[in-house]
Amino acid sequence: MKGKAEIIEHSICYHCGETCLEEQVSYDEKQFCCSGCKVVYELLSENNLCAYYKLGPQPGNTQKINGLGERFAYLDQDEIRQRLVKYSNNENDYLKFHVPGMHCSSCIWLLEHLNRLDDGIIKSTVDFVHKEITLVINRNQTSLRRVVELLVRIGYTPELNLEQYNRKDQKQKRNTRIYKIGLAGFAFGNIMLMSFPEYFSGGIYHEEDFRNIFGILNLVLAIPVFLYSASEFLENALLCFRQRVINIDFPIAIGIVAMFISSTYEVLSGKGAGYFDSMTGLVFFMLIGRNFQNKTFDWLSFDRDYKSYFPIAIQRITGKNRIPVPVPVQELKVNDLILVRNQEIIPADAMLLSDQAIIDYSFVTGESRPVECARGERIFAGGRILGSGAELVVQHEVLHSYLTQLWNQSSGKKIFRSGFQKMVESISRWFVVFTLLIAGISFIYWYQDGNMERGIHAFTSVLVIACACALALSAPFTYGNMLRILGRKGIYLKNAGVLEKMSDIDTVVFDKTGTLTEAHKASMCYEGITLGSRENQAVANVALNSTHPLCRHIGAALHTQRTYVKNLEETTGAGVSGSTDGYYIQLGNARYLGLIRESGKPEGSEIHLRINGEYKGVFRFRQYFRTEASTVIRDLRKQGQHIYVVSGDHEYERRALSEITGQDHHLYFEQQPHQKKEFINALAEKGNKVMMMGDGLNDAGALLNSHVGLSVAEDVNNFTPGSDGIILGSQFGHTAALLRYAKAGKRIIIISFIISLFYNFAGLWFAVQGNLSPVIAAILMPISTTSLVLYTVIASTLKARQLKLM
Amino acid sequence: MSVILILIGFSLLVAGSFLLAFLWSVNDGQYDDDVSPAVRILFEDESKPDSEN
Repeated sequence: MKGKAEIIEHSICYHCGETCLEEQVSYDEKQFCCSGCKVVYELLSENNLCAYYKLGPQPGNTQKINGLGERFAYLDQDEIRQRLVKYSNNENDYLKFHVPGMHCSSCIWLLEHLNRLDDGIIKSTVDFVHKEITLVINRNQTSLRRVVELLVRIGYTPELNLEQYNRKDQKQKRNTRIYKIGLAGFAFGNIMLMSFPEYFSGGIYHEEDFRNIFGILNLVLAIPVFLYSASEFLENALLCFRQRVINIDFPIAIGIVAMFISSTYEVLSGKGAGYFDSMTGLVFFMLIGRNFQNKTFDWLSFDRDYKSYFPIAIQRITGKNRIPVPVPVQELKVNDLILVRNQEIIPADAMLLSDQAIIDYSFVTGESRPVECARGERIFAGGRILGSGAELVVQHEVLHSYLTQLWNQSSGKKIFRSGFQKMVESISRWFVVFTLLIAGISFIYWYQDGNMERGIHAFTSVLVIACACALALSAPFTYGNMLRILGRKGIYLKNAGVLEKMSDIDTVVFDKTGTLTEAHKASMCYEGITLGSRENQAVANVALNSTHPLCRHIGAALHTQRTYVKNLEETTGAGVSGSTDGYYIQLGNARYLGLIRESGKPEGSEIHLRINGEYKGVFRFRQYFRTEASTVIRDLRKQGQHIYVVSGDHEYERRALSEITGQDHHLYFEQQPHQKKEFINALAEKGNKVMMMGDGLNDAGALLNSHVGLSVAEDVNNFTPGSDGIILGSQFGHTAALLRYAKAGKRIIIISFIISLFYNFAGLWFAVQGNLSPVIAAILMPISTTSLVLYTVIASTLKARQLKLM
Repeated sequence: MSVILILIGFSLLVAGSFLLAFLWSVNDGQYDDDVSPAVRILFEDESKPDSEN
């Protein structure tokens, strides 16, 4: 009567490196996680492209989507082809695609050897930095559609979307910045060269003419820098007058203008050589700082833009014959009838016309459990249809739909006004006032002393030397560097604001399953009536549809074919049920199935099984805590954090959990997702700054409501829009170090402000005396900016090394 | 000593042409991708077995 399920060993797919959990396919003495990966391998080996695998371990992308069929049929349409093809001549088409799946040198190799897979491809060139591929194809031998299908088959799905049209502007903007920097650098270097005589002659020239000539030359070189390179600072400063708010560019612009005007006056009146070297140097360094800031943010912004999810064409059903015709999404109007097929994304808010549809809203809500919708229900854009296609009536136009608002509102979280931003803004205001005050005072002093010329000189010198660049440079450089370092380690934070929020955290709440324990490694055994193979299959299919990691484990462990499950119902954290193949399966905890606990405590996590109303048995799990879990929690406690654990599991785990955490209180069990969310809210109301760590699937709500929400993922595909960051499961051990690092970042920035103050005082000391010679200004400015930047970067890197984050 | 003016003029000319060359190369897109060329030179040409007639 009793049976035991096998303990299955999991191997790694030769192509993509994922663990072969569900269906394992063998071919050519290698294991693959699905038939998709195997097909790609077949394709590559038949064409002698196996070098792909030699360049790196398991370079492929997982292939777990089945079949292409008619999905790209619309690419045969001329009108749509026109939009995607960059350029055509007699025989050839030039195509350019964004392929986000590129991630390593094997990808570059494979994508540049596409001509071996399709003779119609004449040439393919990869731009790895922008993840783009440019193809030249022969129209007679192949087509846009075939090329796209090929790319999808080998795992490099191209993005076909509206985004492409905006890319040109981005490039223009990037280039303009680089021109400005190039020009400023050129002028800076040459002006400095020509200022050497001024520096080293001790103020005495052999020939006055030279001084004038050099001065004029410097002026000529500086003019384009002032008008072109510095334009963004000047424009932003002008905005201050219109908006009546002082922003960071205002003091910088004042400095630049003061330098330019006073230097021009000095040169033209023959009185001196001016400060053109300092001015151009300042512009040069500030532009570099801005560029770095933008680059870091670009690199880190979560790659997927909202618009990138929409297919370009959708099937519109028109006419009496109800024939679906592909049309570009922009042409959809309200009340159009559309047909959205399996795996396709819904482009606009619509109403369901078919009897039933299954929709995956994971992109929208983070819930990876598909939603079943009935006729007449409202369907939201961004959802993905699973299973049979659905007919929908469009309710809203594509761009104005509900989702754009959602996404633009930073995924529903309260908008965080960075404490630093506020501080920087208020410091800028005081800085300007202070500088003008000092300038004015020194002028008045010298004027009273009878030395008006010196007074003017002092006035402009003060304006020139007072540099607020630290305010603009410290935070971006520090946080930018930190985010990059963390990203390389496997900790992906949404933006710099998250780091700032992290430095305030005083409470950490952990979810248990999947966070403190490793979901993949639970050991399972089955006690109960032995199941036939068809029953096994049915159980596995229902289990796979669950969001609970242990339930999925059941599904994965029983290797099986996928079948369609009807009437799927899940109560998160309690159980799941559904019908397939004639069996009605119920899987869940004792309470979900209405069982009365007989005696004693359960020995482990239990999932009971009932088929067609008849109780069959129970799956028992022993979960393994991560080895680092205990150290992390103790470390956090030493830092002064309050630790809580909330779990959906039963109390039985209390003893094991208190051993791991080293505390007996603050451990809560049998928490439903909404209770977890309320728990976080309660803590927040008491004034605690909470960081929640969960697995993103069951904890989406709690993550959203915490000060900082981190989802622990075993692979980066487990992404929830509601979380502030993703930390790879393998890096969990660095959690305590992460919080320390965030605090350190704040300290580094404050210290850099202090350093900048020191430079300012030194410079002002010379300036108020009217003693600020160009030499000193030229030395102080670049030294202060470079040393500041160097300090922030080096300090944050060293700290990372010290905390073993590098 | 005035020869220095000629020298400076000339050097500015040369430096200026370098600046122009830089601006042109950025505009031409040569700096857009700095990763792939490095990888590309390391690819080996494998001759297909049936390419010999």
